[in-house]
Amino acid sequence: MATVSANPARAEASSTARALREAVFAGIIAFGLFVLYVGLKTDQNISNELILVQRWGLLAIFVGVAMVARFIGVLYVQPFLKRRRTAKSEASDLELQPSYFRRNFSTIAIIALVLYPPLMVALFGTQGSLKWVDNFGIQILIYVMLAWGLNIVVGLAGLLDLGYVAFYAVGAYSYALLSTHLGLSFWVLLPLSGLLAAVWGMVLGFPVLRLRGDYLAIVTLAFGEIIRLVLINWTDVTQGTFGVSGVAKASIFGIYSFDVGAANNFAKVWGLPMSAAYYKIFLFYVILALALLTAFVTIRLRRMPVGRAWEALREDEIACRSLGINTVTTKLTAFATGAMFGGFAGSFFAARQGFVSPESFVFLESAVILAIVVLGGMGSLVGIAVAAVLMIGGTEILRELTFLKAVFGPDFTPELYRMLIFGLAMVVVMVLKPRGFVGSREPSAFLHERKSVSSSFTKEGHG
Amino acid sequence: MASAPTTKAAAGAAAQDPILKVEHLSMRFGGLMAINDLSFECRRGDITALIGPNGAGKTTVFNCITGFYKPTMGMMTLRQKGGQDYLLERLADFEITKRAKVARTFQNIRLFTGLTVLENLLVAQHNALMRASGYTILGLFGFPAYRKASKESIELARYWLDKASLTERADDPAGDLPYGAQRRLEIARAMCTGPELLCLDEPAAGLNPRESLALNTLLQGIRADTGTSILLIEHDMSVVMEISDHVVVLEYGQKISDGTPDFVKNDPKVIAAYLGVEDDEVEEVIAEVEEVAHEVEGGQK
Ligand SMILES: Nc1ncnc2c1ncn2[C@@H]1O[C@H](COP(=O)(O)OP(=O)(O)OP(=O)(O)O)[C@@H](O)[C@H]1O
Ligand SMILES: [Mg+2]
Repeated sequence: MATVSANPARAEASSTARALREAVFAGIIAFGLFVLYVGLKTDQNISNELILVQRWGLLAIFVGVAMVARFIGVLYVQPFLKRRRTAKSEASDLELQPSYFRRNFSTIAIIALVLYPPLMVALFGTQGSLKWVDNFGIQILIYVMLAWGLNIVVGLAGLLDLGYVAFYAVGAYSYALLSTHLGLSFWVLLPLSGLLAAVWGMVLGFPVLRLRGDYLAIVTLAFGEIIRLVLINWTDVTQGTFGVSGVAKASIFGIYSFDVGAANNFAKVWGLPMSAAYYKIFLFYVILALALLTAFVTIRLRRMPVGRAWEALREDEIACRSLGINTVTTKLTAFATGAMFGGFAGSFFAARQGFVSPESFVFLESAVILAIVVLGGMGSLVGIAVAAVLMIGGTEILRELTFLKAVFGPDFTPELYRMLIFGLAMVVVMVLKPRGFVGSREPSAFLHERKSVSSSFTKEGHG
Repeated sequence: MASAPTTKAAAGAAAQDPILKVEHLSMRFGGLMAINDLSFECRRGDITALIGPNGAGKTTVFNCITGFYKPTMGMMTLRQKGGQDYLLERLADFEITKRAKVARTFQNIRLFTGLTVLENLLVAQHNALMRASGYTILGLFGFPAYRKASKESIELARYWLDKASLTERADDPAGDLPYGAQRRLEIARAMCTGPELLCLDEPAAGLNPRESLALNTLLQGIRADTGTSILLIEHDMSVVMEISDHVVVLEYGQKISDGTPDFVKNDPKVIAAYLGVEDDEVEEVIAEVEEVAHEVEGGQK
């Protein structure tokens, strides 16, 4: 250290040189990574021949961005972070009182969500709010609910389930088929779909749950694929890849309908101009209620013997058995409860979309839901909700970034870079916060005071 | 050692009322006979110690009793206070705790490290709470019966926290406790299942003298307050001699001695096996052991 302070000018020069060197390395790595993905692109020409399009300009931009980012990172950001960390460790004994916003985050978030649709209508008009309520609001809330459902299985019970989307599919198809064939209403079929998904969870879970860790993950993945393949190939019932269309809309408990021709059409009864927005706003509140139900049940269950047994199972299965806990039924209840919420979300999805096909239930969906759970911090409802907003909202935002076309040329479609950005974002988050946004765990009971448990003590589970 | 003169009478009574009877137990791992035709009894209300050199098969006996291994041969009968008999080799591991009321700890501590100390004790009351919550359904809707049971479970946990001197640390993660406290917590957790027989696998291993003393107090408290019978594996002879009523010695999966601590301590076969010495050195060893025993008694005074 003495030499550094004695020779500040030389120290600066050497750190600049290091940053330059690092930037060159980053450039080389970026070139290697992107040369095939970005630099070359296969396309079809007019006579349907496969041709190779070269995009050296775009590749140069990618490499340039990587180099500049690395340069700035090494020269400015790293020293800044280091300084901040030392400052923080010095100040750590000054117990920081969490701000008002932090302490009441959930309440504020729920109020904001309830006010969200009217606010959007006020800002963008009835028709203009459609995009914000549907593409952002409903889409994100579906994933929040799915991730909260999967959280019970992965985050609490520690069972790695890679086929969660199967239960989403069971719920969606239950609603689509039973409503078209039997004409039952959404409010009857919603609990029924959840129940059916839970039953499927049990049926699939029973043979699978004897497996542990990686084996369980692989078999759940296979089950997810089996369900999708059944949906594709059982054409008599599911109409295969064509999917089931014309799925009935949900109604406001049968009092008001959203079918255009119906006498009790919501807009007609209230004398409003016809718009699809009312239905979407209604659906927004339905999914909000469903998601909050999931959260409520999860919070309640965590304070009950099953919930505690789930978490204990994640920590140590053998110890659980030595305490007289039947681990097979405990795992099954976790699987079934998670599946039930997946089923609810599925039937909602079918009612919202009016159309279901196997396309919507590919492995990628399971992976995205799992990524949300891991990013958010396994077991933490708030963390998971934030992760869902960032991941799903981020995807939707990409669609809106039309100004990028001006930078990268008219052919540039930002959505296509979604997975690239996802991957990058996940790596960054996992490096900075390896246990997700909220790594600590709230205890389910306390004697003197509630202290959250640091993530260094909790385990991820092996079964 | 007040029990010494009445040994015969006690043995007579125990013959009628053993809590655990192990008969002709054998456990084979491939070519290795880890336990070979082992028979012994634990008397109700006693502390029975199972000792033997490393690899003698002590932990394997525990794993058979608590259902983690299915024995190759043999019969293990547990008789509860009410007189019901349970054949342990026929029950699944969790049923042995749930129905036969046998609880255990592990040689390498198995706590739920990410749960708090209190939560560890609440998980142990799973079956009772499950019943009280109407298998979750009534509890989910906040029925008062569950709320009452939940309060009682915290009271029971508080009782055992107090016994194990862990009340201060109740809201800390279990993984954050020092080693000795983790051992005591594991015992407290086993006691929260409400066992009739408590099996402890080397509870004093790795403890410093002060922690070891706290452990002895806890074990004697358990016996005095709840009448729970204890089966104990232990290497630390001072602990064995001080608290146990009856000692069973294993070597290479076979029983080589069985009796009161005084009897076992002076059994040349035990000394030879335990210390791994030649026969002609046995005399020497006996003298040494007696010295140690005097020291222990002196320590008690
Ligand atoms: N699951 C198993 N598979 C194969 N062999 C085993 C198994 N468990 C125990 N053994 C063997 O059985 C023998 C007895 O082991 P055990 O763990 O019961 O000894 P122990 O008396 O508890 O020893 P220690 O004092 O070191 O704890 C050892 O030789 C061990 O290697
Ligand atoms: Mg052992």
